[in-house]
Amino acid sequence: MNTAPLLAVDGLGKAFDGLIANRDISFIIHHGEIVGLIGPNGAGKTTLFNCLAGFHTPTSGRIAFEGRDITGSTPEAAAALGIARTFQIVRVFQSMTARENVMVGAMLRNKRVAEARERAEQELEFVGLTHRADTPASDLTVSEQKRLEVARALATEPKLILLDEVMAGLNPTEVREASQLVHRIHLRGIASIIVEHVMEGIMPIAHRMLVLDYGAKIADGTPAEIAENPAVIAAYLGE
Amino acid sequence: MTADILIQVLVSGLLIGLIYALVAVGLTLIFGVMDIVNFAHGEFLMLGMYASFWAFALFAIDPIIALPMTALLLFAVGVIVYQTVIRRILKAPMLSQIFATFGLMILLRGLAQFFWKPDHRLISNSLISGNIALGPVQFGLPQFVAALGAVGVTGALWLFLHRTRLGTALEATAIDREAATLMGIDGQKMFALAWGIGAACAGLAGGLIATFFPIFPEVGSNFILIAFVVVVLGGFGSITGAFLAGIIVGLIEVLGGFLIGPEYKTAIVLSLLLIVLLVRPRGLLGKA
Amino acid sequence: MTTGTMTQSRKAIGAVALLALAAVLPLAVTEPSQQNFLILILMGAQMGVAWNIVGGYAGQVSLGHAVFYGIGAYTSTMLLVSLGISPWIGAVAGGLVAALFALAMGWPCFRLKGHYFAMATIAVAEIMQILVTNSDLLEGAVGLTLPMDRSGWGALIFLAKLPYYYLILGLLVLTVAVAWAIERSHIGYYFRAIKDEPEAARALGVSLTRYKLIALSVSAFLTALGGSFYAQKEMFIDPGSVFATTVSIKIALIAILGGVGTLLGPVLGAVILITIEEYSRTLFGSTGSGTDMIIYAAMIILVAVFSPSGVLGLLSDLRRHIGRRLPGGTKTAKADKLEVRP
Repeated sequence: MNTAPLLAVDGLGKAFDGLIANRDISFIIHHGEIVGLIGPNGAGKTTLFNCLAGFHTPTSGRIAFEGRDITGSTPEAAAALGIARTFQIVRVFQSMTARENVMVGAMLRNKRVAEARERAEQELEFVGLTHRADTPASDLTVSEQKRLEVARALATEPKLILLDEVMAGLNPTEVREASQLVHRIHLRGIASIIVEHVMEGIMPIAHRMLVLDYGAKIADGTPAEIAENPAVIAAYLGE
Repeated sequence: MTADILIQVLVSGLLIGLIYALVAVGLTLIFGVMDIVNFAHGEFLMLGMYASFWAFALFAIDPIIALPMTALLLFAVGVIVYQTVIRRILKAPMLSQIFATFGLMILLRGLAQFFWKPDHRLISNSLISGNIALGPVQFGLPQFVAALGAVGVTGALWLFLHRTRLGTALEATAIDREAATLMGIDGQKMFALAWGIGAACAGLAGGLIATFFPIFPEVGSNFILIAFVVVVLGGFGSITGAFLAGIIVGLIEVLGGFLIGPEYKTAIVLSLLLIVLLVRPRGLLGKA
Repeated sequence: MTTGTMTQSRKAIGAVALLALAAVLPLAVTEPSQQNFLILILMGAQMGVAWNIVGGYAGQVSLGHAVFYGIGAYTSTMLLVSLGISPWIGAVAGGLVAALFALAMGWPCFRLKGHYFAMATIAVAEIMQILVTNSDLLEGAVGLTLPMDRSGWGALIFLAKLPYYYLILGLLVLTVAVAWAIERSHIGYYFRAIKDEPEAARALGVSLTRYKLIALSVSAFLTALGGSFYAQKEMFIDPGSVFATTVSIKIALIAILGGVGTLLGPVLGAVILITIEEYSRTLFGSTGSGTDMIIYAAMIILVAVFSPSGVLGLLSDLRRHIGRRLPGGTKTAKADKLEVRP
């Protein structure tokens, strides 16, 4: 039995040409946990995501996934290990239908086209896009494209999913649906880290919140604790 | 190899390298500002050469005198190309962008062949001709003047980009298009300007070499490849990098041709490209 | 699903009909020069379909495919001329050499994105042309002549045009079959994903380098087969005829004109391009006039600006446009795309 936490980040730092985006960030994510990642604009949330998913090589520190060091691994290696992600600015495969988009994700675990198609049907159903399966991804609304990215990421059978602002620009009903979707992902045993500005979407469902400011972690606790944390309040008021 | 020959070789390399730098500067400027590689860049140079040739053949205007006219003409060509074709493909898929400038390359070559025949033409007896001898080292006066002109134009461009409002705006667009737009810089205007200046640089290079280089419709094909090597070596979008890399490429070409054989000199320069890609993909001065 | 199966079977019927037509066409076209014209079209189509695998599906535009074409032509010809090895084996050997070469050149060149990758491929082809032109072993600029004394299906040398016609038709069918198999497998999905959004593809576990190399080497293999056919048909090759940049340009043009990323677009492209080429030759005399270049350059620019999906895309756009205007024509479900969000 593997007793290591799902994800352990230790002293992570990332600088671009001397500009520090992340500094000395440490935290742990447990299996199946829902963790919100918040912070003012430019706090380094997306950079952290990019480091975790293998898109950036950290300048310092260590990232361990299920006890294995994955610092500086490639995105494809991270995906194979079980880290999936969505993008802040949606990156669906424009020339493909919704179903085909999800099939590409499913092919990570099963290269057979027919089986990938079946898997894609399940994930489309899970995010509520079955009726749009044959629609070209470029014709979907932004909110549908965001859900499509979630379905595509889930099709890779991840253990951890990184959701980058999936609720941005949604109306209140859609935000509620998105929260429920995250909760249902949790029920499948998949951990999620959610970058979000929409507090009413993330606060009710998160088990824990991480707060970044100027590239450093300033708080780590339950949503209730975070809401009363003076450092967090100062960071948001100072924005 | 004696020291005299080595110096002779190095001087020739330096002279041609400065021309390469001028061609590459225009290419790298356009790429820096809008992330589009102009496959027709060599054809701008070809048009510059023909402009000099016809000015000389029809109106007896010497190539050196015709240079300002060549620059203006090619600036106009660059802007027209931008307004008619490039502007429409700014947001198009990358494939379309490649095909558009690539098609332009074939179109300009085809037009040159149609109107001016595929013959090789030469400008003879221009004002600037003959050789200069500096001790044991000899080189052609036209080559020397062309190199001098290349330095002058590249220098003027550098000053324009760093010392004038318009130039700084262009440079800012090259560094960060979105930030520049937020600062109120008109992107469309900058793009057109980049094409105008880029084409004018290539045209000037063509005008400068027209006195000692054969003029024919496909003359651009060699220069575009070498300019490409220069841009990669210098770091994409870097004017200073392109200038230094142009000199390096000129030296390597002449030295390699001398040591291995002149028939291989283009192959040597192009192989340099693959080596740079393997060892230092971001080029000499490029950032990671 | 049913609509998918229907279009699939309709496509299959169309393909079989097209193939049957191609098989009996020489019965109607008996004039050798006209048969030669048909052969040129099939050769162009074969190149275009092969190029399309890397340039169309995977979106990695190569403008140096002559290097593979030349490797194919020179490998099979050298094996035949110096060792007497049958071109059947020689062509496969040429394909393998070309595929290996593709792996070697793809490794550094795929570090470049988009425009610059295209440039680098031109450079590689240019280097190769210079090396071959100066190689004594390969007879340099003089070129290689195939032996006239052997003929028949063993040596793949014929006096008549007809055997060449069926040979290239067979090769085209093989090339289309490979492209079709790729299109339908996970590899085809990965190629399209890489073309659309490389970063997103990586996030889903797709190794860009691996799949780009697969695309380039398969395309190189098939292009080399086309090169071997060229040598057998012309019975003479030199660097200028198989390694030249103009060959690379033609290969890419055919696919671009017809429609990149579609199975049969390049076939349409070949029909258009070869016809223009031959007619401008007869109308304006020598090829030196540049008219063929002007015509197809104008066509590429138009295609690039107005219809990135080529003539085939233009036709389907047109059909959709007409379909929408007719009563009962399907309205596209784009309406909800217009909804404004706060």
